[in-house]
Amino acid sequence: MRPVTRPIRDPAPSKWGYRWQRWMLTPGVRTGLRLGVPALIIAAIAGGWSMNASNRALLAERISAAQQAFQERPQFMVSGLAVSGADEELADAVASLMDTEFPVSSFDLDLNKLRDDVVALDAVAEARVRVGDAGALEINVTPRVPVAIWRTPDGLRMIDAEGVFAGDLAARVDRLDLPLIGGEGVQGHIDEALTLFRSAGPIADRMRGLVRVSGRRWNMVLEDGQQLLLPADAPVEALDRIIALHEAQDLLDRDVAIVDMRMPQRPTVRMNQEAVAATRNAATTGRIQQVGQ
Amino acid sequence: MRDLYETQRAMRNVRKAAMQRGVIAILDVGTSKIACLVLRFDGPDRLGDNDGVGSLAGQSRFRVIGAATTRSRGVRFGEIDAMQETERAIRTAVQAAQKMAEVRVDHVIACFAGARPRSYGLDGSVDVADNFVTEGDIGRVLAACDVPDFGEDRDVLHAQPVNFALDHRSGLADPRGQMGSTLATDLHLLTVDATAIRNLFFCIKRCDLELAGIASSAYVSGVSSLVEDEQELGAACIDMGGGSTSLSVFMKKHMIYSDAVRMGGDHVTGDISMGLQVPMQTAERIKTFYGGVVATGMDDREMIEIGGDTGDWERDRRTVSRAELIGIMRPRIEEILEEVRARLDAAGFEYLPSQQIVLTGGGSQIPGLDGLAAKILGQQVRLGRPLRVQGLPQAATGPAFSSSVGLALFAANPQDEWWDFDVPAETYPARSLKRAVKWFRDNW
Repeated sequence: MRPVTRPIRDPAPSKWGYRWQRWMLTPGVRTGLRLGVPALIIAAIAGGWSMNASNRALLAERISAAQQAFQERPQFMVSGLAVSGADEELADAVASLMDTEFPVSSFDLDLNKLRDDVVALDAVAEARVRVGDAGALEINVTPRVPVAIWRTPDGLRMIDAEGVFAGDLAARVDRLDLPLIGGEGVQGHIDEALTLFRSAGPIADRMRGLVRVSGRRWNMVLEDGQQLLLPADAPVEALDRIIALHEAQDLLDRDVAIVDMRMPQRPTVRMNQEAVAATRNAATTGRIQQVGQ
Repeated sequence: MRDLYETQRAMRNVRKAAMQRGVIAILDVGTSKIACLVLRFDGPDRLGDNDGVGSLAGQSRFRVIGAATTRSRGVRFGEIDAMQETERAIRTAVQAAQKMAEVRVDHVIACFAGARPRSYGLDGSVDVADNFVTEGDIGRVLAACDVPDFGEDRDVLHAQPVNFALDHRSGLADPRGQMGSTLATDLHLLTVDATAIRNLFFCIKRCDLELAGIASSAYVSGVSSLVEDEQELGAACIDMGGGSTSLSVFMKKHMIYSDAVRMGGDHVTGDISMGLQVPMQTAERIKTFYGGVVATGMDDREMIEIGGDTGDWERDRRTVSRAELIGIMRPRIEEILEEVRARLDAAGFEYLPSQQIVLTGGGSQIPGLDGLAAKILGQQVRLGRPLRVQGLPQAATGPAFSSSVGLALFAANPQDEWWDFDVPAETYPARSLKRAVKWFRDNW
């Protein structure tokens, strides 16, 4: 047979083949293919599987079952409630807030909400809620300390230093140790009222209470209906002046209905009706006594 | 001249960018083969900015990670002849090398042998401004060289300062910082046909590659196949390629002369093809298997089947003795070597202190060539193979790859060229003014 000379092999790549190969050798493309294509395939398989509703339900069921099994392990179970820092009445109130039945998983407890609920009680200033050792839900309560009694149209209420209600009171006699405050808008001014009470000093025994007038200033009410009208600014100084007057001239022992200190440079005294008449008579007989400075 | 300055600078910047990226391709566009090496620069001193040559003659900096060779198409006498064909060949080589390296290459340093290189020795001198020589003085003295009129259609391929002289002291390699008043330099300028460079540019651009440097094949094969003392004392490297035989003369580690003979291995093949009436492929095969230049008695008896496919039994069963083959090859090789001898004589090679001649390139593998060359070129002839570089495949370590390997070394340690130094400041204003005027005229 006649030998056939082989044609010369001339394997030059086509221009587009060459470009394609160069593109495929570009580092970004290589990385994209190495990582992107498997990721795409996995995503496609997962997507195709979850197209079926029963598959999705099965998955959700599996997940919730696993979650429940994990959450209901004995390590996470809460078996009881322990309230500390509160008296019996408050502890009952706190315990009644818990509507869940023990034992319960600590994952199902919303401690933040529970704490907010406890703090929302009038008598509670602060509360710390945690799941402690031995599966007990510990609620540490700091009760509010009432500093005054506020007479409102709805009845007597105890109020703490921040002006927050610290509980109701059935009768004044239950807490004779607390001063009485009346009027509206006292919440922000409890400090001022307490300062006034403390500086009453010599007249403290005849003092009945303080009344907030127009949400602006205080009236101090003494027994027999005597009233000391204190200014909005510097009420303590005005009270001190009244006390000084009283100590010097027994002002409050006289027939005085109102001592008006609203204008500090011009203190005024209103006398009772009978005292006015008596003074008028005395003036006519020449027996007059100076009152004031 | 200015244009080329800009082009070469742009190529230097591309080369720097490629080195920063760490991957660069070497492309040896030859007449018989196109070789592509992919180098990765990640050696120990890649980032260290050390002066001079690094460890292992700078080779430790790079590693060959891809190598490919393809039969060349469309190249004649080392110049691009049919651009489409050459482009395909370059694509083939680059693609295969990229595939081996598994990395995309964007920057290419190319070398070619032909395009009628011509050497010029230039000199210039300038007064040193301060008492000591600065970098600016070197730029000025290089600019002061009077450039000969080498013709419109030629471009400068290399312009290497080979020697500096300061006052009466000559032979300085680096005069920077030395005291003196007059600085003189010798510059070796190598010009080639501008069209050849332009064609190569265009071809590489069409392959979506960016040219990061261009070198003469004669120079880079000298870099790789001459050993250090030969480069220092004076030697000629004769790169016997397929389409042209290029020679470069080295002295004091600088190329001082380069030329090319437009004859090479392909002409030997052509002679065999004509003499034995066989196709070129057969002639090439016979040449590589049985070729030689010295006939002995044994060769008369060694018969070579030269074959054929005409269907005529008498013709297809022809045989020829090896002595006959040698008789065809030898005159052509003698002609080439004599031509080389003439070029070396013209260059004054006999005045060099050492006259070592190193034969390299694919053509130097002809058995007995060193003996023949010794008769024509002088006694000190040896066959040269390229330096061994890291990662080079065994198939690419032969003398045919000396210019590829040399180009790799050149890429790692480029010789300072004229355009590496800044343009002297005093030439700037007039030039930029001219450019501004030109810009205005172009735009309004």
